[in-house]
Amino acid sequence: MFPPIANPKAEAITPKFGEQDLIRRSASSITPAAKRQTEVAKLIDVSKCIGCKACQVACLEWNNLIEEVGINVGVYENPHDLTPNTWTLMRYTEWENPESGNLEWLIRKDGCMHCEDPGCLKACPAPGAIVQYSNGIVDFVKDNCIGCGYCVKGCPFNIPRISKVDHKAYKCTLCSDRVAVGQGPACQKACPTQAIVFGTKDEMKQWADKRIKDLKSRGYQNAGLYDPPGVGGTHVMYVLQHADKPQLYAGLPDNPAISPIVELWKGLTKYAGLTAIGAFAAIGFLHHIVSGANRVSDEDERNAKRLAGGSTK
Amino acid sequence: MSRTFEVAPGDAVHPGDPVIVDRYTTGARINHWITAASLVLLALSGLALFHPRLFFLTSLFGGGSTTRMIHPWIGVVLFFSFLGLFFRFWKLNLWKREDGTWMARLRDVLTAHDEKLPEVGKYNAGQKLVFWLMSVLIIVLIASGLVIWQEYFAQYTTVEQKRIAVLVHAIAAIVIICVWIVHVYAAIWVRGTISAMTRGKVTGGWAWRHHRRWLKELVTGKT
Ligand code: HEM
Ligand code: SF4
Ligand code: SF4
Repeated sequence: MFPPIANPKAEAITPKFGEQDLIRRSASSITPAAKRQTEVAKLIDVSKCIGCKACQVACLEWNNLIEEVGINVGVYENPHDLTPNTWTLMRYTEWENPESGNLEWLIRKDGCMHCEDPGCLKACPAPGAIVQYSNGIVDFVKDNCIGCGYCVKGCPFNIPRISKVDHKAYKCTLCSDRVAVGQGPACQKACPTQAIVFGTKDEMKQWADKRIKDLKSRGYQNAGLYDPPGVGGTHVMYVLQHADKPQLYAGLPDNPAISPIVELWKGLTKYAGLTAIGAFAAIGFLHHIVSGANRVSDEDERNAKRLAGGSTK
Repeated sequence: MSRTFEVAPGDAVHPGDPVIVDRYTTGARINHWITAASLVLLALSGLALFHPRLFFLTSLFGGGSTTRMIHPWIGVVLFFSFLGLFFRFWKLNLWKREDGTWMARLRDVLTAHDEKLPEVGKYNAGQKLVFWLMSVLIIVLIASGLVIWQEYFAQYTTVEQKRIAVLVHAIAAIVIICVWIVHVYAAIWVRGTISAMTRGKVTGGWAWRHHRRWLKELVTGKT
C-alpha cells in the first residue's frame, strides 16, 4: 500500500506555492521562477479501478460543483461527457482481449493531464487566464478568462469546457488549493482501492514501476506507464494494462502532442501576420513620401469642362 | 444609342466651374460607412485577441469578455452591410479587357503617369481587385468565424475543425487588413477621392484623370 497522506493539522497553513512560482502564464512574458519546486503527480492505476465514481463525487463535493440531472441512455458514463461542472469523468470500455479471450472492463478516469507543455496555455489569448506552477500544476484563473474557447482548440486531450452560464473555462485544478497546503487531491483521498495516488512525480514513477511489475507477473505483458513525451510528460499519469494501445481506453491518444495547426496558428501566423500588416503600412507611407500625392491638374479640370460643357446643357 | 455600361443609377454630371460629378448616392454612402466602421472595429477587436501585445485593445470594447462577445456580432453586421455594397457595386466591378492592361502598367499607376494608362470606367483594376478580395475574404471570415463562435456554435463542429477554422480566420483577417490598408491608402494618395464617399461628389477633373470612360459615358449618355 502507498502510504496515505496524513490529515491536515487544525491551524492555518501558509500556501506552499503561489504567484511567485509560475513557470508559464498565458499571453504574457514572465521570467519563470528561478528554482522549480519538486514536481508533483497523480497516478491513476486503471488496473485497480473498480469504477465506483467516488472520485467523481469527491471532485464535485470539494469544488462545490453541482451537475445537472441527466438522462440515462444505457451507458455507465454519467454525465455523458466532461462538462463545466464535471472536471473528471469515469469512462468505461468493454474490450474482448483477442489473446486471452477474456472480456476486460477498462475504466479510465478522464480529466486534465496537467501537461508539462500545455496546449491550452499556448492557445489562450488572455493574459494570466491559464498559469503553470513550477510543481507542474496547470490552473485556470477564472477572473482573467474571457471565455473564447481557444484552450479547447489547444488541448490535445479535449479537456476544457466553457460554461454557458458565466462563459468561463473549467477543468480539473489538480486540487491546487489542497496541494498548496500539503494535501492530495480530493479524488485521491476518496478512492477506496488506491487506484489514485498522489505524490512527487518521481515517487509516482517508482510506484508505477512496482505496479507494472506486478501486472506483468500476472500476464499483462504490455503493462506500462502513460506519461506521454509528446507533451513533455504529464502530471497526471496512468498505469495501463495495455500501454501499447492507449486508444483502447476510451480514445486516450496514443501519442498526444500540441496539434501542428495550433503551433502554426500561435507561431508563424502571429509573426508573419503582424509583419505583413506593418510592411503594408510602411510601404504606403514610403510611397507617399517618394512619389507625393496624385493630384488632379487644372488641365484635367479644363478637359472635363470642355467635355461636359460641350455636350450637356 | 450610347453604351452606358459604366454608369450606376444616381451617377450624373453637373457642368460648372469646376464640373461636379455625382458618384455615390446617400444610400450607398451610408452603406459604405457602416461597412467601414464594422471592418475597423472587427480589426481592432480581432487583433486584441490575435497577439498578447495587442490585448490592451480590449479596453476599447470594455474588457476581454465583452470584446470576445461583441466581435462576432460586429461580424454579422459587416456581412450584411457588405452584402448591400456587393449588390450595389458588383456589376461595374466585372473584369474587362482594359483591366489587364492597367494591371500590366502598375509601374505607371504607382508613379502617377495616369496619361499612360488605358481609359477606365467607374472602377479601375485595382479597385476591382479590392472589391473581389473583400468579397471572398468576408465570406471566408464569416464561415470560419461561425465555426469558432464558442457561445452559440461550439457544439456543431469537432475540435479539429475548430483548429483549422481559427487558423483560416486569423490568416484571412491579416489579408483583409492588408487589403484595407491598400484601399485606404489609395483613397488618400489619389487626392479628390475621399469626397466621393463623404459628399458623394467628385470634380470633373478627377473623373477625367482617373475614370475617363465613366465620365465620357456619363456625358454622352445624357445627350
Ligand atoms: C464576418 C464575420 C466574423 C465573425 C462571425 C467573426 C468571429 C470571430 C470569432 C468568434 C473569433 C474568436 C474570438 C471571439 O469569440 O470573439 C474571432 C477572432 C478574430 N477575428 Fe473575427 N469574425 C468575423 C470577421 C472578422 C474580420 C472582418 C476581421 C478582420 C478585420 C476579423 C479578425 C479577427 C481576428 C484577428 C481574430 C483573432 C484570431 C486569433 O486569435 O488568432 N474577424 N472572430
Ligand atoms: S476560454 Fe480558455 S483560452 Fe479563452 S481566455 Fe478562458 S482559459 Fe483562456
Ligand atoms: S490536458 Fe489539456 S487542459 Fe490539461 S494541461 Fe494539458 S492541454 Fe491543458
